[in-house]
Amino acid sequence: MKILVPLKRVPDPDTRIRVKPDGSGVDLDGVKFAVNPFDSIALEEALRIKEKIGAVEVVVVTIGGQESVEQLRVGLAMGADRALLVQSADGLDALAIAKVLVAVYRREQPAFVLMGKQAIDDDSNQVGQMLAALLGMGQATFVSKLELVENDTKARCSRETDGGIETVTVKLPAIITSDLRLNEPRYVSLPGIMKARKKPLEEVALADLGLTAASRTQVLKLEPPASRKAGVRVKTVDELLEKLKNDVKVL
Amino acid sequence: MANLLVIVEHDQGQLKLATLAAVACAHKVVAEAGGSFDILVIGQNVGGTAELLRPYGADTVLVADDAQLQHPVGDKYAQVVADVAKQRGSTMVVGAASTFSKDILPRAAALLDAGMLSDVVDVRMAGGDFIFKRVMFAGNVIATVKLDGAVKFLTVRAAAFAQPPKAAEGSPVVGIPVEAGRLPAFIEYGGREAKVSGRPDSTEARVVVSGGRAIRSAEDFERLVGGLADALGGAVGSSRALVDAGITPNSLQVGQTGKIVAPDLYFAVGISGAIQHLAGMKDTKVIVAINKDPDAPIFEVADFGLVGDAYQVVPELVAKLKK
Repeated sequence: MKILVPLKRVPDPDTRIRVKPDGSGVDLDGVKFAVNPFDSIALEEALRIKEKIGAVEVVVVTIGGQESVEQLRVGLAMGADRALLVQSADGLDALAIAKVLVAVYRREQPAFVLMGKQAIDDDSNQVGQMLAALLGMGQATFVSKLELVENDTKARCSRETDGGIETVTVKLPAIITSDLRLNEPRYVSLPGIMKARKKPLEEVALADLGLTAASRTQVLKLEPPASRKAGVRVKTVDELLEKLKNDVKVL
Repeated sequence: MANLLVIVEHDQGQLKLATLAAVACAHKVVAEAGGSFDILVIGQNVGGTAELLRPYGADTVLVADDAQLQHPVGDKYAQVVADVAKQRGSTMVVGAASTFSKDILPRAAALLDAGMLSDVVDVRMAGGDFIFKRVMFAGNVIATVKLDGAVKFLTVRAAAFAQPPKAAEGSPVVGIPVEAGRLPAFIEYGGREAKVSGRPDSTEARVVVSGGRAIRSAEDFERLVGGLADALGGAVGSSRALVDAGITPNSLQVGQTGKIVAPDLYFAVGISGAIQHLAGMKDTKVIVAINKDPDAPIFEVADFGLVGDAYQVVPELVAKLKK
């Protein structure tokens, strides 16, 4: 069984994101990068399936520049078997990424794709669903529990929805996107890092996959959200109630 | 000229109010670009839901009603959305940002080879193009973007679009034939675990009281957070920590990957204020923070901050509110 796990390189989730004064981008000076947390969770799940079943090849793929190799190495160090970099400039939108992943899927022919539900920089939550549509297969999104059933031909999933936990069973192959509580990813170990150095890491150009990059989304500028007025400290409940009733009149 | 299609979200017939924000967005687009919009209700026995959407000035309220559409299963619903958008020649398909829309709309968009923008907070026209603003980086960046392509899909943040006006005449309701045999069958619905609560939905309430790590048990959550919410007729919410600990259900989580709420009043009780939580409530009008730690980041966004133990402060607050 092969499981394909797309990963994205994103700024560390605890970064205090600042927009450049000219609005042309985010200030990435000194920013640490990481594997998108939801993608780490997806990879962890794939590794647990591998540990349970045995004959599973976990392939991590990322789309981006050379710097993204760092995140592929983290994936290999966690336990993935093979990594693939699809070289591309930044700024591909969800539909463009999904189209690249279609080509990767066709090349790799995995049993299913396990990926994060959203990237914490873009917050779009679209790629998995678009990929499923383009490949003409099922999807299970925002998954918090995953079980392979019926001889590994289907995946029974719990999904975290606004209304509560929903259960769905999806035929494989399918695209499964992970939510926060699917698992807690393992830390990278030193032996893992050492082993990773010997694992295959391949680089392909978009042209090798028969693709040209075309993003429909154009970012014109970035700005911070409207700032809130500075707040005040209150010392007692009485003071708080007085302010809520009389100053801001929300009570 | 725009030809929009608004996708209605309902919970077994009960209309989700955030849908009206999507309708309001359609109104705004039509005001800027001319044109019209339809509203689409999908489900089983949803005639009553369709009636609720008649007052909002749509050209038509379309209803796709079939036993196979009883539950919002992603593959079936996305197919219906794509088919209807194609039939109607829709140039823009809009839904409120929710797990319902996020599951279905990107899939429908790709079926039509259309791009999509999530969490849009503004749309306007400039030089013949639509210019959108959307939220990124856990609410820390607003991006101004253009989206190419004949058809555009959007999800909109409910708080960013005011209630739509009601029209003088009701829209006609038209049933759409559903070829049940042609619907995809990749996904089998297996039920939903939903706790019935007498309280309002945090995305629809005027007041939200949220609890965080300081709350030690489900009983304490109900007593303190629930108690304060009830004293104010509000909804309850939760930080990620309590959901992870099994103290609250996932449906209460407020944050970057949970619910985005923008009530008039938000109490953050024993919540430290991580970036990911702030993303879910920063657009609240008045934020009150109660936390033992005077350096908790939540105090940076709070309008009123009370340093104290939630277990002492909240009962006092509830008692005084009840007087």
